[in-house]
Amino acid sequence: MIAYIIRRLLYAMPILIGVNVITFGLFFLVNTPDDMARMQLGVKRVTPEAIANWKQERGYDKPLLFNAAAPGLDKVTNTIFYEKSLRMFAFDFGRADDGRDIAREIRMRMGPSLAVAVPSFLVGLFIYITFALAFAFFRATYIDFWGVVICVAAMSISSMFYIIGGQYLIAKLWHLVPISGYSGGTDALRFVLLPAAVGVVAGFGGSTRLYRAFFLEEISKDYVRTARAKGLSESVVLFRHVLKNAMIPILTGVVVAIPFLFIGGLITESFFGIPGLGSYTIDAINSQDFAVVRSMVFIGSLLYIAGLLLTDISYTLVDPRVRLS
Amino acid sequence: MPFQTVILWTDWLIYLLVAVVVVTVVYVRGREHLLAPWRRVGHSASGMVGLTVLLMFVAVGLLDSLHYRPRLPSSEAASKVVYAAELKSALDAALEPLRSRREKTYSAPLASELFAKEMIERADGSQTRDYPRLKFGGAQLKDPGTESAASIARATVGGAAAGAVAWLFIALFVAAALAQSQRQHIHLAWGALWRGETPAPWRAVLLTILAIFLAGGAAVALAVNYHVLGTDKVGQDVFYLTLKSIRTALVIGTLTTLVMLPFALALGIAAGYFGGWVDDAIQYLYTTLNSIPSVLLIAAAVLMMQVYIDTRPELFPTAAQRADLRLLFLCIILGVTSWTGLCRLLRGEALKLKELEYIQAAHAFGVRHHRVISRHILPNVMHIVLISVVMEFSGLVLAEAVLSYVGVGVDPSMNSFGSMINNARLEMAREPMVWWSLAAAFVFMVTLVLAANLFADAVRDAFDPRVRTSALPLRSMKAPLPAKAGGA
Repeated sequence: MIAYIIRRLLYAMPILIGVNVITFGLFFLVNTPDDMARMQLGVKRVTPEAIANWKQERGYDKPLLFNAAAPGLDKVTNTIFYEKSLRMFAFDFGRADDGRDIAREIRMRMGPSLAVAVPSFLVGLFIYITFALAFAFFRATYIDFWGVVICVAAMSISSMFYIIGGQYLIAKLWHLVPISGYSGGTDALRFVLLPAAVGVVAGFGGSTRLYRAFFLEEISKDYVRTARAKGLSESVVLFRHVLKNAMIPILTGVVVAIPFLFIGGLITESFFGIPGLGSYTIDAINSQDFAVVRSMVFIGSLLYIAGLLLTDISYTLVDPRVRLS
Repeated sequence: MPFQTVILWTDWLIYLLVAVVVVTVVYVRGREHLLAPWRRVGHSASGMVGLTVLLMFVAVGLLDSLHYRPRLPSSEAASKVVYAAELKSALDAALEPLRSRREKTYSAPLASELFAKEMIERADGSQTRDYPRLKFGGAQLKDPGTESAASIARATVGGAAAGAVAWLFIALFVAAALAQSQRQHIHLAWGALWRGETPAPWRAVLLTILAIFLAGGAAVALAVNYHVLGTDKVGQDVFYLTLKSIRTALVIGTLTTLVMLPFALALGIAAGYFGGWVDDAIQYLYTTLNSIPSVLLIAAAVLMMQVYIDTRPELFPTAAQRADLRLLFLCIILGVTSWTGLCRLLRGEALKLKELEYIQAAHAFGVRHHRVISRHILPNVMHIVLISVVMEFSGLVLAEAVLSYVGVGVDPSMNSFGSMINNARLEMAREPMVWWSLAAAFVFMVTLVLAANLFADAVRDAFDPRVRTSALPLRSMKAPLPAKAGGA
């Protein structure tokens, strides 16, 4: 098991390097730091000195890949590629445009992101599976038919409307919870409740319908017929056999998403003013803070790879046929 | 000429797409084995209702894709022809009154007065604080307070009646065509149509058209004198903005897949068919691209594109061309981030297909690789391509709204559902609330996405061999359903 995990982590390295090269290409080769400086400074204030100053503040005034002027090993290390891209592997992300340390900011903002995303994820998973199983149990009846109709309709609504609707109804009209904001400690519950609930509702249509399809596919298999032929009741068939086996396809989609709980919902956090990583990313995009966007791309791909690894490990837990090799 | 035609980049691609669809239709018509799954789509009521609604949207989108620059009226007679810098489309020409009748600021749907009180100067010179009359909305009324309700009701009923009459002609035409094809009298065909006994779900389709015509007729009749969906912050008609947004949504939903298809097809099939280091390289490529969260990759790419556009203004003569190029680039970026899923599916399918006997036989006969791929592999993966293209559409339309909100979507000067939501969101805090732009974007977007979802489901049910085999024994187990069970 441990040997397997280590090998998988080694496999992940080329992918991370690839991501690094792509972001480096996007941020420094397609557009040179000069272009970025001109864009950020605005048309009026562009002077060669201002650009040089901007670049020096951010450390973009070095050569891209190879510093011929520097002595010894510095030829390679005193470059933009080393300073801005390779240092990310050591979780050294440098500073944002407002001068704060990005790595520290990311650590601080993880908490609020998790506080919203984890309850939403767990409650959502429970509700989706419950409803999907119910629809599968009542398959080919009016309950199932209208359930699917509601799911398809719910899927067709943009998540932004769920957020706006939730904020309007629950926070503005009924004054049950604050519209937006966040605070630490036990007070956080008031602020977390609405975003988490909206997250659950917004994902209902798509997930429930998908899980129902997984359940229906299992139900039509031979071993289920055998179980019925043995005289097992329908509920035993569903919970003991169908639910367990349908967990495999469900896990494929779900486990890979777990690491992304750290990033949280981009839109949700920004709408509800939650100081998590999602709103951090959106603010960085809006203020065109390239350093932060670059760091978040790196973190995101790291989490994705972690998700793939988790998925493989979880397979062995639910499906004894799968061997790690 | 009174105008100069302009073909934008996305217009070219839209025409290409229309040509592809027409060629496909002509090609499929003569081939029974290709026609059979489409016939199954044609027999699904929900699918055809979805298609009907989609076609209405497509018609608006196509009208909005015929661009031109009107000639400016010049004082000297035809000495020098000058065309306006502003780009217009056929839709703009049709909606010219809606486009040009700008109010000062917000007004509610069908209102005759502005939304907020202002200082008004009376005829006698004294000032009062009241709701000023609109310049255009309800301008024909003398006293809006008493007359507007009756005037609105008249226009609604009149418009709906005109819509109903137009619909009746279509319904009669359908019945006549049915009667013709089945060689029976028209009133028999008419009866069978309304009892739902036609092989294709004509009753559902006609009812959908009726609903659209009633709403559309009423909207057109009301639009003559009112702002049907109100006006936005700078006084633009929201109904007009909504109609203009349709093209953006359609372009994003369709061109993205058009852009990504060549990559996904070439790489997916190559990986599965050739195997070995080709497979390894392609797998590495799509795992790497996949591992970057798509929103972030899109954001990074769009930020970079913005830098490129902003630092090279000389490349873009008009604002519309700049916005259009940005839209096209957004499609490409979305395509780059979304081809991986289809690529993986195609790789798996090609891997499976190349072991089949007929491909082995082709190899034994010495058929070259490119012939095997184009004659044997490609036709056998087309159903996967088709299913994923139609399934992708609604997701892309929804993604556009989110991206515009994040600030990496379409150009701010371009109308889109995303920018409508984004602008309207800021007005949520107003008391009383400005709800109409949000409601308009909501209704049109949900209709479009729901129609696309219904159609996509019908296409998948008809083309996916797996769905058909697993769904059949289930339905026979219990009492038969009155309608489609919704598929898997």
